[in-house]
Amino acid sequence: MDIVMLSRIQFASTTIFHYFFVPVSIGLALMIAIMETMYVRKGNEEYKRMAQFWGKLFLINFAVGVVTGILQEFQFGMNWSDYSRFVGDVFGAPLAIEALLAFFLESTFIGIWIFGWDKVSKKIHLLSIWMVALGTTLSAFWILTANSFMQHPVGFEINNGRAEMNDFLALITNGQLLVELPHTLLAAYATGAFLVTGISAYKMLKKQDVPFFRRSFEIAAIVGIVSSVGVAVAGHAQAQYLVETQPMKMAASEGLWEDSGDPAAWTVSAFIDPVNKVNSGEIKIPYMLSFLSYSKFSGDVKGMNTLQAEYEEAYGPGNYIPPVRTTFWSFRIMVAAGSLMVVFGLYAMYLMWRKKMERPNTWFLRFMFWGLLLPPIANTAGWIMTEIGRQPWTVFGLMTTEDSVSPNVSAGSVLFSVITFNAIYAILGIVLVGLFIKVIKKGPYNMDNDHGVDHDPYSKEGTTHAFS
Amino acid sequence: MLSLNELWFVLIAVLFIGFFFLEGFDFGVGMETQILAKNDTERRLLINSIGPFWDANEVWLLTGAGAMFAAFPNWYATLFSGFYIPFVFALLALIARGVAFEFRGKRDSQVWKKTWDVCIFFGSFLPPFLLAVVFASFIKGLPIDGDMQMYAGFFDIVNPYTVVAGLTVVMLCLVHGLMFTTLRTVGDLQVRARKLGRTLLIPLAALLTAFVVMTYFMTDIFEQRGALLMILVVAGVAAFVLSGYFMSKQKDGWAFGMTGAVMALSVLSVFVGLFPRVMISSIDEAFSLTITNAASGQYSLKVMTIVALTLLPFVLGYQIWSYFIFHKRVHEKEHLEY
Repeated sequence: MDIVMLSRIQFASTTIFHYFFVPVSIGLALMIAIMETMYVRKGNEEYKRMAQFWGKLFLINFAVGVVTGILQEFQFGMNWSDYSRFVGDVFGAPLAIEALLAFFLESTFIGIWIFGWDKVSKKIHLLSIWMVALGTTLSAFWILTANSFMQHPVGFEINNGRAEMNDFLALITNGQLLVELPHTLLAAYATGAFLVTGISAYKMLKKQDVPFFRRSFEIAAIVGIVSSVGVAVAGHAQAQYLVETQPMKMAASEGLWEDSGDPAAWTVSAFIDPVNKVNSGEIKIPYMLSFLSYSKFSGDVKGMNTLQAEYEEAYGPGNYIPPVRTTFWSFRIMVAAGSLMVVFGLYAMYLMWRKKMERPNTWFLRFMFWGLLLPPIANTAGWIMTEIGRQPWTVFGLMTTEDSVSPNVSAGSVLFSVITFNAIYAILGIVLVGLFIKVIKKGPYNMDNDHGVDHDPYSKEGTTHAFS
Repeated sequence: MLSLNELWFVLIAVLFIGFFFLEGFDFGVGMETQILAKNDTERRLLINSIGPFWDANEVWLLTGAGAMFAAFPNWYATLFSGFYIPFVFALLALIARGVAFEFRGKRDSQVWKKTWDVCIFFGSFLPPFLLAVVFASFIKGLPIDGDMQMYAGFFDIVNPYTVVAGLTVVMLCLVHGLMFTTLRTVGDLQVRARKLGRTLLIPLAALLTAFVVMTYFMTDIFEQRGALLMILVVAGVAAFVLSGYFMSKQKDGWAFGMTGAVMALSVLSVFVGLFPRVMISSIDEAFSLTITNAASGQYSLKVMTIVALTLLPFVLGYQIWSYFIFHKRVHEKEHLEY
């Protein structure tokens, strides 16, 4: 395999694996912050237990997210050094700010949260989890600022053969960012929420600690439905922006070879033949693509063949069509998983409204349990669509993936790193799931007193003066 | 007045000095779990003593790398692609170590704990070793061509000079970590940490001397900035001697400060020797990366300067505050997690 393909596999596997944990961290941090806020305001120990129980899962997840994040920070230089040289002036800044603003916040305050239960006041302890939640959210903002530049470069000029920043404000108010950030953040909140409802549903099915898990379920279900609906709305805005800025990605995600005509129909499914550039067995919903693209039931969408001709004129000869089947299906998988989340969430709301959560039927609980897989599926599919659909570019219209790779790294080196990193991801994945199951089985009333200190923290030996 | 390029060189130096000073002691404590600890309780005490800090300490490295990317993209690109395999190993080690802290105490099985203990040890040994190898290579010179691409063979990276540098930093981390242990533990563990720290001063002195002598003969940095470096070396020797003195007087806080000073001065010397270069080419001096040819544009540097100088005081403030919160010593009466 050539160096470009190997480097892409390296990047894709690292990023996909890393992104199983990131949204869980963002979502659970918010959930735990809400629970602990209820504890501090109401003084009910059950909420403290709730924060601690879900906190255990959070920490296991957070650890894997943090360590795989180090790789994220280094891999641009390791595998994509020519890319880094070309865009570092613009792209490096958000990454550096992310570390300075978000990583320090997260890592310092998570330490205080874990070890500080008896060392700081309730309010400071509460503040620390909110700071962690803030850190994870800020982290999303800055990394998406960087990603948005790749989708829709703004705030730069080409100087000395590279992209140089000339408008920082434009960079952080990139239209792409304004649609991508809410979509991604809300999806992360939904991910945390569906993890909590899923696990709670499982425990309710098993009839273990039912009141505790019903309460957890209800809190999470509210966050879940609000964020799932929000994801869909933000996603719609994002699709419209896509038609304007990356029409090729839009056309590929629709499997649309020729211009759609007006009004445009949405293809539900099709057999796509990318070699002959034709589809067969298409199932279509009339007007739907016009609505997705323009929020009205008219308007046509350009097809890939038209766009290919336009791009050749603009960027010179080449193939500007991304892998169509991957883009097409990842989009549909994302939409399907997201829609199911909304349906599940609405039904949960109905049950809560009718006060039927006391005795929910087992079918519903089973669905909710498996529902915890929906957000990771949607997240992964969404990113695959975003990144594969941008090909052959790394920075749209400016630099191709082929030109981005490190010229001085051998294919053998990358093969070695692909194998070792994926091996360690596999191990981490298995261990994490195993530990999750262990914590969940033990339940909230039988937790090991981990991290915390529950007696005698200020004994005499504890206060010797180091600098006396 | 510093130019923005100079300012960012200084800021990156500060970040890496901070990293080696802070993460240095938690790397040391990680190694102590196999070297100093006699049983599982002691291992847990040691790990708990760095529990609230190690993650934030590691962020200094991430911020350093991020700052390099933003301010000197060519430095970042040449460095990380050029040292591809060493970074693969350093990352594997950091990954294993990071999760080991969290996972170790999650199951009551000896095999389980032993496995993560091995990860903690190698995860605390390899990264400082490899990063020291990288920094020593900066000043020794690397095969960087006219396109700023570095094609390094095995011996360009691993050679007597860089290995001595690696071992020196590992030993320095260990002694620095032992001093941290004297600050955060009580009783027998504390006494043994102090004693081992004193014993290890001898091999550390040998390594530091070897490193300085080799640097004198094998690099050009003393020719470049002899006077300033001599001052740093003298200050380093003074800090080293004082650390021994404070250890013998059981003034642990001061001893910790002095081992940290030795670390800081060592890293500082590398940066002083490099300036205004950031990576030295062994092919042709003209191919070296400098704070000019590796840098971002002035606009970018200006934005980053404003952001960094605004945020840094807050970051330092709450980090120092977290050390204040956890200034009490850890002991067996606590419930220990790891």
